[in-house]
Amino acid sequence: MELYSLTIHELQEKLRAGEVTAAEILASVYQRIDRVEDKVHAYITLMRESAQAQAAAADAAIRSGDIRALTGIPIALKDIYCVQGFTTTCGSRILHNFVPPYDATVVAKLRDAGAVFTGKANMDEFAMGSSTETSYFGDTRNPWDLTRIPGGSSGGSAAAVAADECIAALGSDTGGSIRQPAALCGVVGLKPTYGRVSRFGLVAFASSLDQIGPFTKDVEDCAILMNVIAGYDPRESTSVNLEVPDYRSFLSRGIAGLRIGIPREYFIAGIDPEILTSVRQAIGTLEKAGAKCVDISLPHTEYCLAVYYIVAPAEASSNLARYDGVKYGFRSEEGRDLLDMYKRSRSAGFGDEVKKRIIIGTYVLSSGYYDAYYKKASQVRALIRRDFDEAFQKCDLIATPTSPTAAFHIGEKTDDPMQMYLSDIFTISANMAGIPGISIPCGFTGDGLPIGLQFLGGHFQEGTLIQAAAAYEKTAGMAALMARQKQAKMNF
Amino acid sequence: MKITRAEVAHVAHLARLTFGEEEMDKFTSQLNDILLYMEKLNSVDTTGVEPMTHATVLHNAFREDAVKPSLSNEQSLANAPDPRGEFFRVPKVIE
Repeated sequence: MELYSLTIHELQEKLRAGEVTAAEILASVYQRIDRVEDKVHAYITLMRESAQAQAAAADAAIRSGDIRALTGIPIALKDIYCVQGFTTTCGSRILHNFVPPYDATVVAKLRDAGAVFTGKANMDEFAMGSSTETSYFGDTRNPWDLTRIPGGSSGGSAAAVAADECIAALGSDTGGSIRQPAALCGVVGLKPTYGRVSRFGLVAFASSLDQIGPFTKDVEDCAILMNVIAGYDPRESTSVNLEVPDYRSFLSRGIAGLRIGIPREYFIAGIDPEILTSVRQAIGTLEKAGAKCVDISLPHTEYCLAVYYIVAPAEASSNLARYDGVKYGFRSEEGRDLLDMYKRSRSAGFGDEVKKRIIIGTYVLSSGYYDAYYKKASQVRALIRRDFDEAFQKCDLIATPTSPTAAFHIGEKTDDPMQMYLSDIFTISANMAGIPGISIPCGFTGDGLPIGLQFLGGHFQEGTLIQAAAAYEKTAGMAALMARQKQAKMNF
Repeated sequence: MKITRAEVAHVAHLARLTFGEEEMDKFTSQLNDILLYMEKLNSVDTTGVEPMTHATVLHNAFREDAVKPSLSNEQSLANAPDPRGEFFRVPKVIE
């Protein structure tokens, strides 16, 4: 067994027992990166030298008895977090040369916990996309099939974990950008409750929806990372000052007695039949393990996508107004005057998808259209949240497919934005309501592509999601299945 | 048509963006598809529903108005495309 293929908790045992060093773990991960990265392209920037220094510091700390939650563990960061001294591009030309003078709060927390940063992972430009194809730095390939997309927007993070180019990763989720790529790459991805994890130092896309979360190889690792990144941050005014439970304490609670809501609106025509079968089987497994399934309804589900494509672009058009070629980032040299310089810098600095969303956002906020679009969408958003509040009177968590299809081919949906947007049809509702959601692997298609099972929970109920996910993973024997599939399919 | 080419051009100006002819045609057509899809919201009865603008209950997050260390001038200017001394330089604004 190569070190790069192990989990955080497995490596921690070996580090504690003195069987391996952090330097050896990092060397193994980089050996893997050197072998597969030109095929997968999970990273925008590798941080090899600083990672070696961090690993050396981790080994020194271990020798002095200072072992923390992530000491010596190689972790990839979506290129959307500020890391002091390292280019943070957000997948965009307009930030291609931006070097932040400070660390995002999550980055500082990982640093304090002893983590080693492998690099900055690829992503859709400004997190706008479901396939990582809108990145200015080229696409990322799905490690399970290199002709397919890894999902998005955090496709680089998901692919890096799946291909063992890191041990775990962080991503961000505005409409499904953690859960959908986790499903398509066969890894665990959690979007926490809005306000659970500080967004300070996260490049903003849609500020009322964005949330940071982990990508891991199993549920225990997800709990380990959540223990590190969750919590109140005085520098982030929407982070919530609530006690953070020990998420590991939920891992072995089992599922007996939990009430799982099955929303009829998420099991509809149009979903790949293989996905429906696999998710239904997973629910059956949970029932056998003692969960109680209840039929529920989330009647406003069909409006989620329309609400999202008003609210998210509206917030984005405002957030992205700051990119003007003055204080940082790309500037066109051809500007005749200030206004012309703004226009040329923004038009050459942003890609098509970003420009399209800025236009939508500006349009729905413009006078004469505000009430018809933005206000209407915000009202329907309130109804979507109410649906969940009512559903959680009847159940402890909700189970759905994560994505209506498995990974699709590169280029398959790039010319049809509506088809691309439909990839997020089951994940957007959680961002609308601000609730947490997790995607875990639950099987494979006939072509050997991973399928994701999503659990949604009430506000700040990440523990319940981890509890159910860990119970499923164990009952279904996912670790062994995943290892067998990897052996058979990921032959590079 | 939900949105005309002229409207897209106007909104583009508001957003400080410019498009070529071909790009403009493609965008106008794609934006129409997206705006048509949004029509479905009109079938939802939202009478008396308070708009939701945030995912959690928000309170003003006040802090003490205390002086704390912040970025130095040097750090603040380090990423500027055209810094001059202590300033961000931009193309001429007035005639």
